[in-house]
Amino acid sequence: MIHRRLVLACFLVFISLSVFELAEAARREFWLTPPKLESDESYMVPPPPFTEGIFPCSECHKEMTPNPKRRELTEEHTNIQLKNHAEKERWCLDCHDLKNRDKLRLVSGEQIDFTESYRLCGQCHGDKYRDWKTGIHGKRTGQWNGKKQYLLCAHCHNPHNPRFKKLQPKPPPMRPENIR
Amino acid sequence: MSDMEKRDEHVFRLTRRKALKGLALGIGTMVLPAKDASASVWESFFQKNFRELGKSERRVILERLEKEYSARYKKPVRVKDTGPIEGVLYGYGLDLSRCIGCRRCVYGCVTENNQSRDPQIHWIKVLRLAKERGVDLEHSEQYYNPATVPEEGHFYMPVQCHQCENPPCTKVCPVQATWKEIDGIVVVDYNWCIGCRYCMAACPYGARHFNWKKPGLPAGEMNPETHYLGNRPRPVGVVEKCTFCMQRTREPDGMYPACLEVCPVGARKFGNLLDPTSEIRNVIENKRVFILKEDLNTQPKFYYFYSV
Repeated sequence: MIHRRLVLACFLVFISLSVFELAEAARREFWLTPPKLESDESYMVPPPPFTEGIFPCSECHKEMTPNPKRRELTEEHTNIQLKNHAEKERWCLDCHDLKNRDKLRLVSGEQIDFTESYRLCGQCHGDKYRDWKTGIHGKRTGQWNGKKQYLLCAHCHNPHNPRFKKLQPKPPPMRPENIR
Repeated sequence: MSDMEKRDEHVFRLTRRKALKGLALGIGTMVLPAKDASASVWESFFQKNFRELGKSERRVILERLEKEYSARYKKPVRVKDTGPIEGVLYGYGLDLSRCIGCRRCVYGCVTENNQSRDPQIHWIKVLRLAKERGVDLEHSEQYYNPATVPEEGHFYMPVQCHQCENPPCTKVCPVQATWKEIDGIVVVDYNWCIGCRYCMAACPYGARHFNWKKPGLPAGEMNPETHYLGNRPRPVGVVEKCTFCMQRTREPDGMYPACLEVCPVGARKFGNLLDPTSEIRNVIENKRVFILKEDLNTQPKFYYFYSV
């Protein structure tokens, strides 16, 4: 009798572990990959919106010795100002990698390409990342039932100043009394 | 002169000669337009309701319209009659927490769907509402014109045809010139519409618009990719409305509607309600959603939602 119970218990533990592992794998898959279509390999993504002639960063940086000290940049990149993005708590090397300038850096230390920047943003903005992956946050263009194009976070939000700028509205409709 | 003869001078008497003369004159005027290249006047006059047409009849009509429009707008114009796709029911989502009221969608729609520029017709109306009042249509403003949007303390709600599942507008049409297709799009046959505007009175969303004048559509701005029930050039005296850009969406590899593609903040979502993996289903299942004037039981397929 005790034997049978032991076997049952082992079996249950085994089942729950494998279920847990599966769920964990699904979760990892969700956080690590771009949105996917069932029909074909992936969506089209336009290249990251670099300033003209700035990439690859290593072009300039390879001759410099990296300085990990937090400071205000006074010689280069003076046009980049962190605004509305926790500028007090954060500076360049929280997202940009110290050694490989052509890569971004996650909190885990993993280096990622600029084309995968959504994983970097998703570290803090998990809810937006989840919505973006399912097509609620952000804009998708192309075919509603076929090949789509999605945009990286940085296409709409300036990563150094992510809040949307105000826009000039298009002209209001004419009042009916003015339509002849 | 006898009394009888005297009376004849004042009373009109139809004689055989006069009747034949009148008949000849009548037939002559009927044939006249055929000479100056607008034979289509009579062809369109005797055209049947679009839903009663057979395949070959439709082809003849589409070819006639293509010829007519190509001549008028001086470029090759295509008129499609693409039917609904099986297993598709279109739905639209609009994110009220994202919309900034910039009206890009309004003008994107005008360009895509060949609306009249003068007199002006807009299928999309953007309402400005006060945040403290919520969705209170009585205090909405559609003529707002600040230097920049969004404005402090306001939110914006674009309204267009809601493609109701239970549309009040189609029920009141006395000639059945408007109906709901099986993919949920409510359409108008501009050739059958008599312009009585009952449907405009019946629509609770103000989504239907009337061509009081011959639509002013400059040839250079005319979009030559058209659909018979959608964005083809309209004649004077008919009602028109949003069709979810059926000339774009009703294809096996259908494009998103034009208003969605121009939205700078990604507030607009579109897809197949019958596909559980579609974006619109995702929105309905996971976000706070409401439909406008739910109490009227029109069952719109246009869903307002808040993504945050």
